[in-house]
Amino acid sequence: METNKNFIVGIFDDEDILLEGVEKVRDKGVKIHEVYTPFPVHGLDEALGYKRSRLPIAAFLFGLTGTSLALTMQIWMLGIDWPMIIGGKNFVSLPPFIPVTFELTVLLAALGMVATFMIVSDLKPYKWPRQFDLRSTDDKHVMAIDLAINANLSSDDIKRILKEAGASEANDKNFE
Amino acid sequence: MQVVSGVRDPLVTGGKTVHDVSHDISRHVENPPAKSWYLAMAVSLALLVFGLYCVFMVLWNGIGMWGLNKTVGWAWDITNFVWWVGIGHAGTLISAILLLFRQKWRMSINRAAEAMTIFAVICAATFPLIHMGRLWLGFYWALPLPNTFGSLWANFNSPLLWDVFAISTYFTVSLVFWYIGLIPDFAVIRDRALTQGKQLRATIYNALSFGWEGGAKTWMRYESVALILAGLSTPLVLSVHTIVSFDFATSVIPGWHTTIFPPYFVAGAIFSGFAMVLTLLLITRKVFKLEDYITIYHIELMNIIIIVTGSIVGIAYITELFISWYSGVEYEGYAFFNRVQGPYAWAYWSMMTCNVISPQLFWFKKIRTSLVATFVLSIIVNIGMWFERFVIIVTSIHRDYIPSSWTMFHPTMYDIGEYLFTFGLFFTAFFLFAKFFPVINMAEVKSIVKHNSEKVENKKVAESTHA
Repeated sequence: METNKNFIVGIFDDEDILLEGVEKVRDKGVKIHEVYTPFPVHGLDEALGYKRSRLPIAAFLFGLTGTSLALTMQIWMLGIDWPMIIGGKNFVSLPPFIPVTFELTVLLAALGMVATFMIVSDLKPYKWPRQFDLRSTDDKHVMAIDLAINANLSSDDIKRILKEAGASEANDKNFE
Repeated sequence: MQVVSGVRDPLVTGGKTVHDVSHDISRHVENPPAKSWYLAMAVSLALLVFGLYCVFMVLWNGIGMWGLNKTVGWAWDITNFVWWVGIGHAGTLISAILLLFRQKWRMSINRAAEAMTIFAVICAATFPLIHMGRLWLGFYWALPLPNTFGSLWANFNSPLLWDVFAISTYFTVSLVFWYIGLIPDFAVIRDRALTQGKQLRATIYNALSFGWEGGAKTWMRYESVALILAGLSTPLVLSVHTIVSFDFATSVIPGWHTTIFPPYFVAGAIFSGFAMVLTLLLITRKVFKLEDYITIYHIELMNIIIIVTGSIVGIAYITELFISWYSGVEYEGYAFFNRVQGPYAWAYWSMMTCNVISPQLFWFKKIRTSLVATFVLSIIVNIGMWFERFVIIVTSIHRDYIPSSWTMFHPTMYDIGEYLFTFGLFFTAFFLFAKFFPVINMAEVKSIVKHNSEKVENKKVAESTHA
């Protein structure tokens, strides 16, 4: 994906025009590389046909790891390795183990999910992203269309389609 | 497309555009700070330096430097700890619970409130750490390691150990939540720096933004992460002050041994936290001219939360008094009689006035929409909440079971100095945050700007046709 160099970039001023524009562009058979927006636009993922994120599953699995790790740790330490009567309770009495178990569940779920998010989204401090238009973090919605993937359409065709779909600008963008 | 009720007031006034949001917030990071910032920073640093001296003396000579005695073995240290942790709770409430309830007014205040949470938890954590005396050894005691590397393990039945896990989890998760929110906003500053030709700033903020580019797929995952973090933080924040209250509630000291503590502490935490959010935001709003983002409407809503939680706290105080009589337990009854009538009655009645009576003034719309009244009351509430912890802790133990050990607690310079140290730490951190980080969540505010500006327009049109 990163090898492709030639793009057409459509600039949209408004999120509602963008949502309609995405559908119009896709209806014309143009494949959209990605849309860059300054804020999360609701419904954009469905309009682009993205599948729902599976990060919640990752969070659940990490959380489950935390639960079992915490319980195993406490039961092994106070129940098996060095059993001791504390406050006249059983060696392994579950209620006092619940707070630590809960905290470790939350901790691992949160950290694991965020780490997964960072990895799958390729977020890292030493990376410069490909920037199609610097205004995409300010107030413009930027639709990038890869010319190599849409080889059946000329760049003028794509620009025309973008304008018809409501884009205020349609520019060429070539990466070195 | 989102539908917003026309009945509600606009959350962003002044007919701002999306570009205005980037500009109004980012310019404080880009421009050199004002003189008032240097002045405020100098005061906080002075407090920090004096506090550091006191902390050093306590670490060097031992905690005998504090005013603790044989009877009162816990006083300002734990009072300040609970007070700071409580303050932190409002940040998580705003960012997590209000997100789950889809309260959009949280959007312009969540960033600063979460920053406050993180700094408040750091301040809180200094007290138990210093109280351990030799804190470099204390780390071994608090972690699940075999005791002094022998064979005995940390005691998982102890609420103090639960506290270690609760506070460190709370700190870590809040930090991650806050940082995830900052990532897209750092990218805004990076791209503005690139446009302005500031290469160094662009490089720094690009690193801070983790190379964010804002693709639809990343945003989709981002929103899913934010929602789940909110879902995790909600029970987490409730658990933290619950566990803090267990430090007292699981003991057998009259005045501490009550089942009402967990909900009562959580309500008190949110109460004091919102007061601190108001104190900080009223200043930030004024200095940074953010009146269009943090409106009177926001302040009014926060004041309403203060009435609700303040009233819960008031009911808890009265319930405690009633139960101490109704239980028929002599010790319990005496502990409360002593609070109300004893030598610490002044502290008890300060607490009652500041926490129960003063927030009721917010029932008047004039008072809850007045900036000056809100600012003064927010400080009074925090004084009251400090007294609440002091009353619970010191009045319950200063009259021991043996009258010959009855005594009073007198703080030394080092007790006070360490409290000032945390103020220095808190405000230094907050002012640094206000200078180098965007103080309002730009990405979230941008997502509501369009509908709000339309609302402002409609309102203007409606007003002009009526007139």
